[in-house]
Amino acid sequence: MNNPQLDTDGRLRHLLSIEGLPKKILNQILDTAESFVGVAEREVKKVPLLRGKTVCNLFFENSTRTRTTFEIAAKRLSADVISLNVNTSSQSKGETILDTVDNLIAMHADMFVVRHSQSGAAHFIAKHVPNHIHVINAGDGRHSHPTQGLLDMFTIRKYKPDLHNLRVAIVGDVLHSRVARSEIHALTTLGVPEVRVIAPKTLLPAHVEKLGVHVFHDLQAGLKDVDVVMMLRLQNERMNGAMLPSPQEYFKTYGLTQEKLNLAKPDAIVLHPGPMNRGVEIDSSVADGAQSVILPQVTYGIAIRMAVMAMLAGGQGGQA
Amino acid sequence: MSSNNIKPADSQLASAEELLKTLAKKLQPLLQANTALVGIQSGGVWLLQRLLVLLEKDIAIHAIEHGTLDVSFYRDDYEKRGLKAENRPSQIPFDVDNKHIILIDDVFYTGRTTRAAMNELFDYGRPASISLVALVNRGGRELPIVPQITAADIALEATQNLQLVQNSDGHLSLELQSLPLQSSSGSTPE
Repeated sequence: MNNPQLDTDGRLRHLLSIEGLPKKILNQILDTAESFVGVAEREVKKVPLLRGKTVCNLFFENSTRTRTTFEIAAKRLSADVISLNVNTSSQSKGETILDTVDNLIAMHADMFVVRHSQSGAAHFIAKHVPNHIHVINAGDGRHSHPTQGLLDMFTIRKYKPDLHNLRVAIVGDVLHSRVARSEIHALTTLGVPEVRVIAPKTLLPAHVEKLGVHVFHDLQAGLKDVDVVMMLRLQNERMNGAMLPSPQEYFKTYGLTQEKLNLAKPDAIVLHPGPMNRGVEIDSSVADGAQSVILPQVTYGIAIRMAVMAMLAGGQGGQA
Repeated sequence: MSSNNIKPADSQLASAEELLKTLAKKLQPLLQANTALVGIQSGGVWLLQRLLVLLEKDIAIHAIEHGTLDVSFYRDDYEKRGLKAENRPSQIPFDVDNKHIILIDDVFYTGRTTRAAMNELFDYGRPASISLVALVNRGGRELPIVPQITAADIALEATQNLQLVQNSDGHLSLELQSLPLQSSSGSTPE
């Protein structure tokens, strides 16, 4: 079947979702990111890879961290960056997505970084653009957030290099979370043997176990002996109807406290994609504690986004 | 000449191991207190490791500062070629400012790799000087760059590719390959 993310030589053309990407490509992105971590520690934090290229951040939905890190990543690759918050521009005057994209192509944009509240928006744009233009999904609806999934894998690999020997728990609002879907696909593709999801029934998609995960409804039982705890944000803005009694009640049952974290392995690490709801899904003492790798995630996110953009931009002249 | 035929290059050259010893001898007088050796991936890094052993053991020069560069991000043909599968982080674990840097490469050809390496070095700091050491200069430079020290100089055709190879026990050898004829423009040698 034709994979829209790869070109005919099997190289990355767009990054739309982790699902459908071979392990080889995921590992190549992670390995390339290793080289970019060092760039940020040098006197000049730039390489000339995307010199003369224009990267267009198209954010149809709010974001601070993701947009900023994509912007920094593109600038460290020497690209010119335009960041559009489309809520506040022509879309609110009635322009369609494809008209917006066509106009930016007419201005010679080379790469689009797209965030949208509708699942499939980045695929839709990728299908529309001409061959030499690349699209990166920066989060679409509840579907996918591939660079977040990749930066989480990169962070895990930094602290726990042997992925084939890990027990990982994903905790919280899996139902509304594109991050959770990307994490699950990345973990299973990279060969992590045990992936657990821990959430109340109301916050789990139907048949989630078909993705190859073990389902727990009890936080204590689910955290037992895990190496990695990946917290999710409670997505109040995507909830319609009464899915939870109250944030306080949620914290009591599913909030990560140090006491509960002690059930995991003593050297377990804690991740969170941000922004955090302190005192709702995670206790401040854990978020700021010794086992938290939440800020390293942000730093590594830049290296991952540089690696993805570098791989998309390079190798357009046939097999090397 | 049969095309794509890989053969040892010793009909025209001494063995890579012999050339390495010659290179170490020629390199020795260049080393001063403020010198650092930098190998260019991957052949230059193999040479660097062997040179460090030779210089430290036989000539008793100790603790030479050194590092490695992977110039992939600085190549002028990046857009065409993309990244190699095994791209390694550059490692320059010393302060580049005011150092006399000696770049080490296996085969000097067009000079484009050297240019990329110099550009990358300047993103780490401002060296006092940069010199270039290559095991073999095969001729064919396209930029105003020449190696200061080589162990051998030969003239190869554009259709020939000379490559340093390291086998599993660390032994180095040179391989000469005849490439199928291409249009002369857009050649992208290492």
